Amino acid sequence: MATKTFVGVFDSDHAVLAAARAAHRRGMNIRDAYTPFPVHGMDEALSLPPSWLSRACLALGASGLTFALSFQYWVSLFNWPMNIGGKPFDASPALIPIAFEITVLVAGVGTVATLLVFRNLLPGRRAPLTALGATDDKFLLVIDDVPDQELKAFFKEHGAVDVKEVLGGAK
Amino acid sequence: MSTSHVSALREPLVDGVKDLGQVTRDVCDPLDAHPTPAWYAAFAAALCALSYGAVMVISQIWTGIGSWGLNKTVGWSWDITNFVFWVGIGHAGTLISAILFLFRQKWRTSINRSAEAMTIFAVMCAGIFPLIHMGRPWLAYWVMPYPNPMGPLWVNFRSPLLWDVFAISTYFIISATFWFVGLIPDLATMRDRLPEGWRKKVFGFASLGWSGSHRTWQHYEMAYLLLAGLATPLVFSVHTIVSFDFATSVIPGWHATIFPPYFVCGAIFSGFAMVLTLMIIARKVMNFEGYITLRHIGAICKVILLTSMIVGLAYSTELIISYYSSNHYERFAFINRIKGPFAGFYWMMVFCNVLVPQTLWFEKIRRDVRVLFLISILINVGMWLERFVIITISLHRDYLPSSWTDYSPTYVEIGTYIGSFGLFFTCFLLFCRLLPMIAISEVKGVLSYARSDQDKESRHGH
Repeated sequence: MATKTFVGVFDSDHAVLAAARAAHRRGMNIRDAYTPFPVHGMDEALSLPPSWLSRACLALGASGLTFALSFQYWVSLFNWPMNIGGKPFDASPALIPIAFEITVLVAGVGTVATLLVFRNLLPGRRAPLTALGATDDKFLLVIDDVPDQELKAFFKEHGAVDVKEVLGGAK
Repeated sequence: MSTSHVSALREPLVDGVKDLGQVTRDVCDPLDAHPTPAWYAAFAAALCALSYGAVMVISQIWTGIGSWGLNKTVGWSWDITNFVFWVGIGHAGTLISAILFLFRQKWRTSINRSAEAMTIFAVMCAGIFPLIHMGRPWLAYWVMPYPNPMGPLWVNFRSPLLWDVFAISTYFIISATFWFVGLIPDLATMRDRLPEGWRKKVFGFASLGWSGSHRTWQHYEMAYLLLAGLATPLVFSVHTIVSFDFATSVIPGWHATIFPPYFVCGAIFSGFAMVLTLMIIARKVMNFEGYITLRHIGAICKVILLTSMIVGLAYSTELIISYYSSNHYERFAFINRIKGPFAGFYWMMVFCNVLVPQTLWFEKIRRDVRVLFLISILINVGMWLERFVIITISLHRDYLPSSWTDYSPTYVEIGTYIGSFGLFFTCFLLFCRLLPMIAISEVKGVLSYARSDQDKESRHGH
C-alpha cells in the first residue's frame, strides 16, 4: 500500500522535539528527523536503541592491539631476532608504544569507516531533502501518513512553519 | 539547549548572534566573497617563504646534509629542534578538539576547527625535518615494516626512533580523520547554500551525502566521542614518545624520567600560544569577534598560564635534581646551560616561558588583544629556544673536553625553517579561504547556551 509521507518543517529544536515526542506518544510512524545539529532527546522520541559503534570500536581496538603485539613478538623472537646492545629479544615494555599507536590507529580509522559505510556516507552520494534547509536553520520531522491521522493538522498544531509531502520518502 | 541546566552566572558563548541562519551566513559568507588585500599580501608572503624553503630543501638533498652546521659533536640541532617545535604546536589542536570535548568545555566549539587544522599543518611541517635528516628521503619508506625480498629483514621495534615514526604517522592520520569527521556536516551546509556550479559539485562530493538525519547524527555523535576518547591518550603518547628519543639515550641533560610529562606540558603550552596567535589574527581578519570572543581568549590565556607554571616547575626540578644527583656529568650539563656559551638562550627561554606568562594573572592583560599577541609570539620564541637549549646545549660539550665544539646554523638550516613557516601559513591561509573556519553545526548546538528567552530579547535590543 502506497502511503503518503509528510515533512513538518520547524524553526527550533524545542519545537521539533516536542512534535516528535507527541508523535511518538500517538504511535505515529516517524521515519526520521533532519536537524542542523544533534537534538538531544530525539533518540527516545524516535525510539532508537543506543549506538553500537562503541562495541565496534572496542573490537577494532582489540584486534589492532593483538595484531601489533603478535607481529612485533613474531619479528623480534622468531623471524629476525637481532641482538642490539644485549637487550632481551622479548623486551615487552619496548613493544608497548607501537602496540598502543596501532591500537588507536585501527580503532579510530576503523570506527569512522564503519560509521560512513553503515550510514551510507560515501563520496558522491546524494542527500535527500536538501532544499528544506535542514543543514541551515530548519528542523524537519518526517512521518508516514495513515488514513484518518490528519498529519497536516498535527504538524500545524505543534508549530510547524510548513508542511510538505514527499514522494518515495526519505529513508 | 532546553535539556541542559547551567548556572545563572554563566555567560553566553557567542556574542550578538540572533539565530541559526545567521551563524551559517556569518561563517560561510566570507568564503563566497573575494579575498581581502590583506589575505593576498599574507598569502604572497607565505608562498615566498615556502618557495625559498623548497629551494633550500632541494639544494640540501642535492648536496647532502653536510650543508648543515652540524659536526661530530653536535649531531642534532636545528632539524630536531624544529621537529619537536612543530609537533608540540600541533598538540594544542588535539587538546582543544578531544580533551576539552571530553570535559564538556563548550567554549571549544568556536576554535576547535581552526585549532585542528593547525594541528594537521604543524605535523606536516614537523614531518619534513626527520625526512630530510634521513639524507636519502626517497628511501623514507624503509622506516616502515613492509614485506620485502631481502630475507627476513625488519625495522627495529625496540628503537625509540621507530616508535616516533609510528606515533607521528598515527597522530597525523587520526588528527586528519577527526578533522574531516567534524567537517562533514559543515561541508553539507556549504553544499546546500551554494548555487549550481563546480563548487557545489566539489562540496557535494566531499560531504558524502550528509542530510542531517537524526539516525545518522546518533551514530555520528558516538563516533565523535570515541575518536575524542582515542585521541586523548594519543596526544599524550605522541609527545611522550618524542621525549623518549632523548630520555632513553645516555646524554646528560637528556637522560631524565621527567621528560614525558615535561614535554607533553611544554607541547600544550607552545600549542596554545600558537592558537592564541592564530585566533587573534583570524577573529580580526575574518570578522569573527562575535564567535571567538574575549572569553575564549581569556580561557586560552588561563591554559597558557597553568602550563607555563608546570614548565617552570620542570625547569627548576631539572636544575635541582642535577645538583642532587651528585653526578659530575649531569651537574656540568646544567651549569653549562646556565653559565656556558649558550647561556643567553637559556635565560631568554626562562624569560619567555616562565616570567612573561605571569602577566596573564591580570584580567586587564587577558583582555588586551595587542599585548596578548606580543605575549603569544614571545612564548612561541621561548618554546623554540627550549628545544634548542635541551638539544644543542646538551650536546656541544660532551664527555671529552677535546671534542667540545661550537654550533651555528648555516643559511640552509635557517632557510628550511623559514620554509616550514611558509608551508604552515600557506596551508592555513588556504584553509581559511576554502573551508568553514568555525564548526557551524557545533556552534549552532551551543547558541542557546546560558541564554534564557528574555535574555535573547534584551540582547536583540542593542
